[in-house]
Amino acid sequence: MAAALAARRAGVKDVLLLERDQHLGGVLNQCIHPGFGLHHFKQELTGPEYADRFVRLVQEDRGIEVSLRSFAVRLTGTRELSYLRPGALEEVKARAVILATGCRERTREMITIPGSRPAGVYPAGLAQKMVNMEGWIPGRQAVIVGSGDIGLIMARRLALEGVAVKAVIEIQNVSRGLVRNVVQCLEDFGIPLYFRHRVSRIHGRDRVEKVSVVQVDEELRDIPGSGFEIGCDTVLVSVGLIPENELLEMAGAEMDGRTNTPVAKEVNLTSLPGVFACGNAFKVYDLADWVTRDSELAGRTAAAYLAGAAL
Amino acid sequence: MKRTMTCIECPQGCRLEIEADGTRVISVSGNKCARGAAYARQETEAPLRTLSTSVLTRGLELKMLPVRTSGPIPKQKLFEAMAEVRRIVVSSPVETGAVIVPAFLGLAVDLVACRPLGKK
Repeated sequence: MAAALAARRAGVKDVLLLERDQHLGGVLNQCIHPGFGLHHFKQELTGPEYADRFVRLVQEDRGIEVSLRSFAVRLTGTRELSYLRPGALEEVKARAVILATGCRERTREMITIPGSRPAGVYPAGLAQKMVNMEGWIPGRQAVIVGSGDIGLIMARRLALEGVAVKAVIEIQNVSRGLVRNVVQCLEDFGIPLYFRHRVSRIHGRDRVEKVSVVQVDEELRDIPGSGFEIGCDTVLVSVGLIPENELLEMAGAEMDGRTNTPVAKEVNLTSLPGVFACGNAFKVYDLADWVTRDSELAGRTAAAYLAGAAL
Repeated sequence: MKRTMTCIECPQGCRLEIEADGTRVISVSGNKCARGAAYARQETEAPLRTLSTSVLTRGLELKMLPVRTSGPIPKQKLFEAMAEVRRIVVSSPVETGAVIVPAFLGLAVDLVACRPLGKK
């Protein structure tokens, strides 16, 4: 939305905004905690409030056509785009494309936690959507793997909902999340944070019953004899985000296989002329305000490209 | 008595050093802005937190409506607040900022909607 609005302000006449969900806003809709907007609006907002500010501007702008429940399935290097919407497969040829496709979560399988495969293991962001948008509580006693912001925010969220959050387990010796989240999400609720520890096994037949935890040294090797177990019925995995760039790959953009982001000289650019990427799809941000700032730049850059500027 | 705490007012997370006599603050250092000093004072005297959560809906576009307290509430009232929130069902369309519960828990804050939500 920030890119679309900025492109319009920079003189682009006709913008099509595709959204997979039934509402605009993306992941902000499930991020119901405050902490958004301190830089951009000089005011602390929740995710839905932050999104709503942009939704209003987009809806007022006649030059932006919004297509909801629209899923882009194909992009070519010459900016031919196909998308599915209820009842139709649409094809458009755009003069410029900005991808703001965000991230997917790294899963349990990608960090190889051994053990059985019981119910009760969730990526933390999925659990966030369940609790905040669907009203389902994933369990009664939870252990959280990884101390990124989503894990910390979910520790507090579950604690507020009456779930016993037994521990947050972090393999590094610092949290990857913001310090304020360690304070207001864990310390406020007396939730222990174990640094230099890892979950070495998940136990349970049909449902998670417990996890084995072991301390690790500086080279992340297990320290013999340091293991212990924590009883729980739920494990949330919060171990990072992976930019979602299937469309860019399909279009033939040069990609960095390690980060799954486009190879680019400057922020928001890709190796394809007229194709831009912004927000978490370009690089993983820790603040939505910076996503907005850089996405506005993407909108202006696309406008400059359309106006014939050399990039 | 000296205390250290991490400011939670913004993502910078300043490390604050507070000299206090019980709950009476004598001096604050380590803060990069005025909000840090105010936070240190408030946190020492009576900690406050803004509660954000979601409430059940009936007949609306989404199953849950995100809500927040319009201002911070005493930290020790968070669980009482959650118990109250669980009794709420919203069944009429709302706009962002609509008051769901006025004078929430008898405090000087309201429980307000964080997004617009229309009929299903």
